[in-house]
Order: sequence, then structure tokens, then C-alpha cells
Amino acid sequence: MEFFGLQLPSYSWETVLGSAIGGIFLGAIYALVALGLTLIYGVLHIINFAHGALLMLAMYAVYFLWALFGIDPYLAMVIVVPGGFLFGYGMQRFVIGQASHGRDEIILLITLGIAIVIENGALFAFSADEHLVQVPYDLDGIYLGVTYAVYPELAALGGSLLVTLCLWLFMTRTDTGKAIRAVAKERQGARIVGINVEHIFAISFGIGTACVAVAASLLAPTYAVHPQFGYLFVLIAFTVVVLGGMGSFVGALVGGFIIGITEQLGRLYLGESLGLITISAIFILILLFRPTGLFGQRVR
Amino acid sequence: MLEVGGITKRFGGLVAVDNASLSVPEGGIVSLIGPNGAGKTTLFAVIAGFLKPDSGTVTFAGRDVTGLKPHELCRLGIVRTFQVVQPFANLSVRENIAVGAHTRIRSRAAALARAGEVAHQLGMDAMLDQSAGALTVAGRKRLELARALATAPQLLLLDEVMAGLNPTEIDEIVHLIRDIRDSGVTVLLTEHVMRAVMDLSEYTYVLNNGAVISAGEPAQIVADPAVIEAYLGHGASADPAAAGAEGGHA
Amino acid sequence: MTERTRSILWLVLLAALILAPLAVTSGRWIQFMELTLFIAVLGQGWNILGGYGGQYSFGHALFFGTGAYIQALLQFKFGMSPWLTMWFAIAGGVLIGSFVGFLSFRYGLRGSYFALITLAFAEAFLVLARSFISITEGGRGVQLDLNQDPDQAIATFQFTFASDFLQANGYYYTILIILILASGATWWMARTRFGAQLAAVRENEDAAAALGINAFRVKMAAICMSAAITAAAGVYYTQKFLYVDPGLAYGPGKSVEALVVAIIGGLGTVLGPLVGSLFVHGIGEAAKEVVGLVLGDRPGVDLILYGVILVLVLAFMPKGLVGLLEAGWRRLSGPAATKDTGDA
Repeated sequence: MEFFGLQLPSYSWETVLGSAIGGIFLGAIYALVALGLTLIYGVLHIINFAHGALLMLAMYAVYFLWALFGIDPYLAMVIVVPGGFLFGYGMQRFVIGQASHGRDEIILLITLGIAIVIENGALFAFSADEHLVQVPYDLDGIYLGVTYAVYPELAALGGSLLVTLCLWLFMTRTDTGKAIRAVAKERQGARIVGINVEHIFAISFGIGTACVAVAASLLAPTYAVHPQFGYLFVLIAFTVVVLGGMGSFVGALVGGFIIGITEQLGRLYLGESLGLITISAIFILILLFRPTGLFGQRVR
Repeated sequence: MLEVGGITKRFGGLVAVDNASLSVPEGGIVSLIGPNGAGKTTLFAVIAGFLKPDSGTVTFAGRDVTGLKPHELCRLGIVRTFQVVQPFANLSVRENIAVGAHTRIRSRAAALARAGEVAHQLGMDAMLDQSAGALTVAGRKRLELARALATAPQLLLLDEVMAGLNPTEIDEIVHLIRDIRDSGVTVLLTEHVMRAVMDLSEYTYVLNNGAVISAGEPAQIVADPAVIEAYLGHGASADPAAAGAEGGHA
Repeated sequence: MTERTRSILWLVLLAALILAPLAVTSGRWIQFMELTLFIAVLGQGWNILGGYGGQYSFGHALFFGTGAYIQALLQFKFGMSPWLTMWFAIAGGVLIGSFVGFLSFRYGLRGSYFALITLAFAEAFLVLARSFISITEGGRGVQLDLNQDPDQAIATFQFTFASDFLQANGYYYTILIILILASGATWWMARTRFGAQLAAVRENEDAAAALGINAFRVKMAAICMSAAITAAAGVYYTQKFLYVDPGLAYGPGKSVEALVVAIIGGLGTVLGPLVGSLFVHGIGEAAKEVVGLVLGDRPGVDLILYGVILVLVLAFMPKGLVGLLEAGWRRLSGPAATKDTGDA
């Protein structure tokens, strides 16, 4: 098959479709991670560079809960998700909020600094070895016509959609959720009507981290964790958020699926190594030609 | 010197500026007024090159400059100040003004020297080595003026330069602007502070809902029923005494 | 601080750096200084775009890696002289810089978006370097032949087997010369009209445009200058280590080191990157020593400190170490000290 003069391998449509379906499962995870990132951006207007590092940390937590106590990664959510929320809350309230003194320009750098500390902290504490959770059901699954979907993939898709639904309900039906949306829309106005904005910031960051903790549990049965894991994810997560539009929930979902499918197809046609270039390419193109993304608001 | 012909600017469905035209004679001080949301800032932005008009032309000294970028306009002799002052906060006052001077002056030393001269002209000698970020609002406004002057402009566009100043400071700036004009610079200003408009301008255009609704000498237009209605609402012109000379507020 | 005092201090520093290897001959110390100076050059390159220009790049490894790769590949594939290839390497860096700069600035990317796109480009090149094996040797990397003939040391730009003096200090003086040239260029740039315009664009791009500055052109010049210096660091790296691979060239490590030392040292100052590098690298090595004694060799200790210090500096010392030193000097000199014209 010809594509811009490159000789691409030819596949049966079953293979392509199978690859695309695999992309949907992967995309669900990307969407979940991106959801947390876009929430943090929408409310605090900061690009959280530590997001990937937090994912990595959560995955280590899931791994150790399994390795030391035999806890199934999905059940581990009960511990890791609240833990993630608290960690994120604390990070924003006591570190980022304090260090930035409200200066938006350097928050990106501060989150970068935190990412460096967390990544190298993991390297120091756990060494560079990969660790993989082994669950007995990771190769069982169901047959979907053109491809075989293993349970972890199905759980990933289901889990992501469920979390997205819960989050949507939370944001629209609860008082805290409405307060968060108020702060996202109009910071000063929210302050004036008595909303504790610092608290809301921290809660939003906590929720974003909790999303990442859920994603970690969903990823654990399939992906081995190592200190650099987060860094690899960060670029993908940013691409999803920028593609979907900063601050847009729908955008994070749609963007996640698009990127997941694109990555899988990219790998299929361009090879394992070069396939990743599709992500950087999309990222660059969106930033240049449509920075607001598919569903985003104003550009910052 | 400046001819603005039929400028229209739309943002989506909203017509911000509607076929507006105005003319500024060389060496004159002309003002552009109108209630909030009238489109003054948008029209200003178009003239100063920060926005491209959907239609219409801007002619400067006989040359069509429509759609040129701000830095190109500055080189041609049009410079604007900003309503929300934009100092180079981490640079000193002298360095700030020198940036303006560098438009025409290549040498660093010469630019810094010229900055000192301009500062002296505006009574800013004492502040020269202060950080621009540390100045008061009035000081920053003066700095904006100084920076713009240092570019040796022929036309100075002042965007609500009186905003945020107390009456004493307003008087000082009015005085400064007159001096600037007397030194050979043409001035076009948008303003809310009516007293300054009355004191300074020789000719005034009134904008409402994007269109020019009146033009003339300040004394005339203040009595113009259309203008009074624009500011105070329908029917207000029935009682001219209620309008008074202090119309328009932020 | 008067101009005279300042000039004297500069000369003292210069002399110290030049004469140091003659006084302190410990190989360990020279290694430390070589690495410190190398990181300082990376930081100085970043500083021009980030510190003076206010455009924070998260992917500066792009320029470093391009310089390192071109330097390596032209020797590896065509046997060219390293003294010739280095000009291609620097030119290559500048070319990439202008490419990235053109796209980013033409489309008005600033702040976080600019940081992200530089990161994306670095990542893209990492993937490209790994994939186009016929060009870059892929993941295997490019290994240059080690020259073992002392008479050929200068010709091959390798000092591992050289006459006594060059063997001990050749690389040290190479990187020192690069740093001096880079810093000199920075110092000179800051005193020109271009420097003033770059500072204006950094402080407030719209106001700068209103005052006649073509912000696009100014930023393009800055990124090209920045890329050139960073690529030169890449040239040094190739000659010193004789090995380049995609991860070393385009990985996040160099990007992070560059910005960390520039910020910690002091954004927009000539001395910042060197001070930042000395401080951070010094503390990092010290920490590795201490931890090594207690826990054995564990990677990551020094980088943890890099991150912590970065956050602390951002929070409490926005002017960096140089700002701290200058404030300290002012306090020592008393309030009657003469005003200085500012060392930009």
C-alpha cells in the first residue's frame, strides 16, 4: 500500500479493525488520564507536568499492594484512589499553591520540578527494573469477531467510562462539583460569593490525581511499571488534552479514543518504533493549527 | 495626517465597528469618545495594527497602511499607548524608554542617552533608575507616554490614558500632551474623562454601537441630542441640563 | 557594585578557571569540572532563549542531540575531520532551531504551549533517530573509533591518548573555551540593541510590538543563537565520549539539565548557568558520595536534589543564585553603594 511514497505493509481489514479496537481499549485509558489533566487545567489553568509521574507512582503503589499483600489490582483501587486523591490534594495545597504565590508563569516549571523529584525518587527507591503485576486472568477474555479482547482491556474500557460518568454526575449534581465549575469559569467571582478557592483548587487536583490512580489500577495487569513510565505517558496525555481541547471532558474522551486508535494503527503500519511519531506529529499539528482543539475554549 | 475610511470590524455575529470614518489633521489633537462598548478600543486597535478590519482603509500621510502590523506602523511613525499600562516591569525606567528610542537609534549608548532626554522632557528624572514595576499608576502612565515619545512618532495614539488618575494627575497629563503636540506630534486619543476631552481636543468624534454618530468641536457635540442620548439613554436629551458637562463614566 | 569592581571579579573568575588545572591536578576534580562546564554550556544556550528571551523550552535536547549526531555521523560515515564537521554540526543545530522557531513563533505559540511543542519536537526526533537506522544507526548508536596515536590527538580532536598536558587537560580546556565564547557572546548580546529588544519581547510582547520591535524576528534570532551554543555542547560531547545514541542525544536528560541550571543560577544573567551548574552539580555529587557510603551506589539521588532545589528556587529565589549573591553584595556594601547600571 502506498502512502506519500512510503511503501506500507498490507493488512487484511480484520487485522486493521482488530488493531483499531485495541486502540479503543487503550484510548479509554488515555481518556481517563487526560480527564484528570484537563480538569486540573480547566480549574487551575495549569499544565500539570507531574501528571505522568503521579501515574507512575500510583502504579508502583498498585504493584506493591499486590507483591506484598497479594491484593488484586482492581481491588487495590479502594486504597489507591483515595490515597491518590489525598496526595494530589496535599501537593496542590501545600506545595504548588505555596510555591507559586499565584504566579501562573512558573507553575509549569514547578510541576516539572515535582515530576523530576518523583521520577528520580522512584528510581532511587525502586531501581530501574520493571515490575509487572501477574494476575491469573490476564490472558482470558472474549472473542470479538476480529480480535480477542482480554479481560483487562474490557475492564479498562468499562472502568474509564464508569469513572467518566461518575465524574460528570459529580460535577453537575453535587454542590462541590458546581463550586468547581464556578471556580473554573470565574475565579474572582467565585471567591466573592464565598467559595474557598484554594480548597477547590486542591480538590480539583486531588480528583485529577484520583483519575490517574484509577488508570493505574486498570493498567497494572498489562503494563510493567518503571520510573520512566510516567514520562512516556505525559506526552500522550498532553496530546489527548490538546487534541480534545483544554478543559473539555468530552474532548478528553474523544481525544483519548482518537489517539488510542491512531497509535495502534501507526504501530501497525509504521512499525513499533516509528509508530510513536504519529503522536508527536498530531501534537505538533494541533498546537500549530488548532490550539483550542476539538472542543476547547480559549487559548492561553 | 490620518484618514480612517469606512472601517468595519465584526467578531462573529457582533459588529464592533460599523463603517466608521474619521480624520486627524496634522498637528491637531482629536478625540474619540463614546459610552462603554461603543467600539472605541476596537477601532483604535484597528488603526494601531493590532486587528485587521473586515473592510475600510487607514491612510497615514497619504499612504495606505491598512492591515500593517504594529511594529511596521511604529517605524512609519504611528505609536500607541495601552489603556491597561504595559511596562517592562523588570527593566528600569531608563531601559524602558530606551526600548522606544531604539526604534530609530541603533547604538545602545545613544538610546540610553535619548531616554534620559525624553524622561527629562516629561519630568521623570527622579525615576530613571527605578524598576518600572515599582512605579505608581500615574508614573506608569507617564512611562507609557515617554516610551511612545522616544520612538519619535508623528502620530500618537493614546488609549484612555487618563484612566485611573486623580484630578491633579489628569491636569498634569493634559499639560504634557499639549506640550507633546506643540513639539510637533499629532495626537488621537480615546477617552472617558470628559474634562480632559473638553480641555484638550480641537475636534471630537462620538462613537456608539460601532458607528460615528456625531463629530465636531467639543462644545458643540456635548449639546448634541444624539450624543446625550447615547450616554444617558433614550429620552435623556429632553432635559439637556441633566446631561451636564461631566457626562460619561466608566 | 562599580563597573571596575565587576570587571576585576570577572577577570579573577576567568583566571581561576584557566589556571585551575595547573594548580589542582586531581583527575577526579578535573572530571567534575569538565562535566560542570559542559552543563553550564547547555544552560547558557538555554538561557539565551529562556532567560533573556523568556521563551521556556522543554526540549533543548533537540539542538544538543542534532549537534552531537551530525558531529558523530559525518566522521563515522565519511571520515571527515572533526574540525570541519563541527561547523556542520552547529549549522545543523541552527537549522533545526530556525525550523522549530519559525513554526512556533509564526503560529504565535507562547508560554506553556511553546514549552510543550519543543518537548514534542525532541520526542519526535528521538523516535526518528531510533527508526531511521540507515541514517543514524538506530538504537545501536554511533561509535567513533578511539584514536590511540598521540601525534594524531589534535587532528582527531581526541585527547584520551595524547601528550601529557593534552591528555590531562585537553577536554577541560575545550569545554572551557566553548563556555567562554558562549558567555562572551551572551554578555555582548545583552549590551546591544538586539539584547534590549529581546528583553522587551520577554517582558511584554505586545508593548514591544507597539514600539516598533518585530517580535518574530527577534525571537528567531534568539532561538538560532541558543541552538548554536547548545549544538556546540553536542560537538564537545561527541568528541569526549565518542558515542551517541538516540536516548543520550534526544532524551529528556539534557533538556532538564539545561533549564535547571539556568533557572537555579539566575535567568537572564551571564554568570547564572555557571553558578547554577557549580552549585547543583556540586551538591549532586556530594549527595551521591554521602548516600553511596550509607546505601551503596543508587542512581537518582542527584536528580532528586535538582528537582527539589528547582522548586525551592522558583518559590523563594526567583532571581536565582546570582540574584542572591548580588543582593548579598549590596547589603554588605551598605545603602550608600553607588548604583550600578545593571549587568543584564
